[in-house]
Amino acid sequence: MIEIIELKKRLNGQLVLKGVNLRIEDRELVAIIGRSGTGKSVLIKHLIGLFKPDSGSIIIDGMDIVRFSTRQLCKIRERFGVVFQGGALFDSMSIYDNIAFPLRERLRLSEKEIEDRVSRALDDVGLLGHEHKFPAELSGGMKKRAALARALVTEPSIVLFDEPTTGLDPITLNAIFRLIKKTHRKYNFTGIIVSHDIPEIFYIVDKVAMLEDGKIVEYGTAEQIQHSSHPVVRQFITGATEGPIEATAL
Amino acid sequence: MNPLEKLGAKAVGLLRSMGDMFIFLITALFYIFVPPFKFRVLLKQIRFFGNKSLVVIVLTGAFTGMVLGLQVFYTLRKFGSEALLGPAVALSLVRELGPVLSALMVTGRAGSALTAEIGIMKITEQIDAILAMALNPIRYLIVPNIVAAIVVFPLLGAVFNLVGIYSGYIVGVKILGLSKGTYFSQIENFLGMEDIKIGFIKSVFFGLIVSWVCCWKGYTAEYGAEGVSKATTQAVVLSSVLILVSDYIIGTFYL
Repeated sequence: MIEIIELKKRLNGQLVLKGVNLRIEDRELVAIIGRSGTGKSVLIKHLIGLFKPDSGSIIIDGMDIVRFSTRQLCKIRERFGVVFQGGALFDSMSIYDNIAFPLRERLRLSEKEIEDRVSRALDDVGLLGHEHKFPAELSGGMKKRAALARALVTEPSIVLFDEPTTGLDPITLNAIFRLIKKTHRKYNFTGIIVSHDIPEIFYIVDKVAMLEDGKIVEYGTAEQIQHSSHPVVRQFITGATEGPIEATAL
Repeated sequence: MNPLEKLGAKAVGLLRSMGDMFIFLITALFYIFVPPFKFRVLLKQIRFFGNKSLVVIVLTGAFTGMVLGLQVFYTLRKFGSEALLGPAVALSLVRELGPVLSALMVTGRAGSALTAEIGIMKITEQIDAILAMALNPIRYLIVPNIVAAIVVFPLLGAVFNLVGIYSGYIVGVKILGLSKGTYFSQIENFLGMEDIKIGFIKSVFFGLIVSWVCCWKGYTAEYGAEGVSKATTQAVVLSSVLILVSDYIIGTFYL
């Protein structure tokens, strides 16, 4: 279980997270939605220690990782897989080497075992046959698939998706979401997806948290959020320019 | 904030940044000796620094040697000491110009590319991806570059010296009519192991400085194309200044 308690973070003098509280059960697939620049990516990067909060706690399986040393953080990161916004694939490596990288560097596996696991990950995301290409040779959707394969190849128990569908056309976007759902079913990981793809995101996740003005303003099942009467949530999911969120601030 | 506070804040910021930069170097130097060693990446970076800088080193070495041959010959002729052209060219190159100019050229050629590459990795979250995989980016990205530069800079400096000395020979002997035997025998008489050692030490030190500064600037690049471009410019300027300053400091120790 992941529990975020009163998490606060100031960046460049501005309080981005003003006391975030969130509880995610094991094997749940949760979306964090909200306007651009509200700190969604900053929030999930706290979970792997890429940001250190000014105050608050992040409890993962009973341990507060905020107080962890670098060595302890490194250990906890082994349980995570992360799909970054642009994929963050290594430009100088082929797709095969990108996916094999965490296996080669972290686990003591034979080259045959690595090959098997990379092939399985490529098969999961539908990229078999493209493993010798370089990231620059792939389309946007293929890059996201490759990034997903790299995140899953170590079989993590928690997977973070930072806007995994940014810049994709609607068909590819749905294909990526379906793929996330399929791999979630197969590997049973706890998943946190940062997204503003409304309504598509509601169809794949168990729960949705809405982040606005540095706080979670509503948290519930996708169904509950879709029918929420909270004015901020309503305005966000309908995309209305009139409401509590000032359109001029967007 | 009053002007005094602003100045104080700037000074504290500068000191903190220098401290971070120093810790970065110490961490990288520590990981050089911690296995597993990344030989494949190291060879790739040796090629990056060495092979790709070779043409520019040969070219600048040749013209530096030729200019030295020409100018020193005319200066020495005024004192009737043309016979000392060989040692004058060789000593200038081996002790001073070879290490400094080759380091400056590699900074422009490979150092800037290194900063840009690491900077782009930073802004496209590739460094965060390494951290998220529970791995250490300093070990994977920085250490191979520092070791490669320490290996390659003395070799490139040696190539620069060799090409420079032969270019000085072409100008002095083939064009200006000095005897071939005089040129080389006088080099043998005047150029000692101590001179070669000074040049070697300088090159090793410059390799460390350039790789450290260029990696650090890329590693701390700010977001956006402007951030990377700023980091690249700063890396080249700071490396070049540090090369010249440390050249003088090392020179005073070995006079």
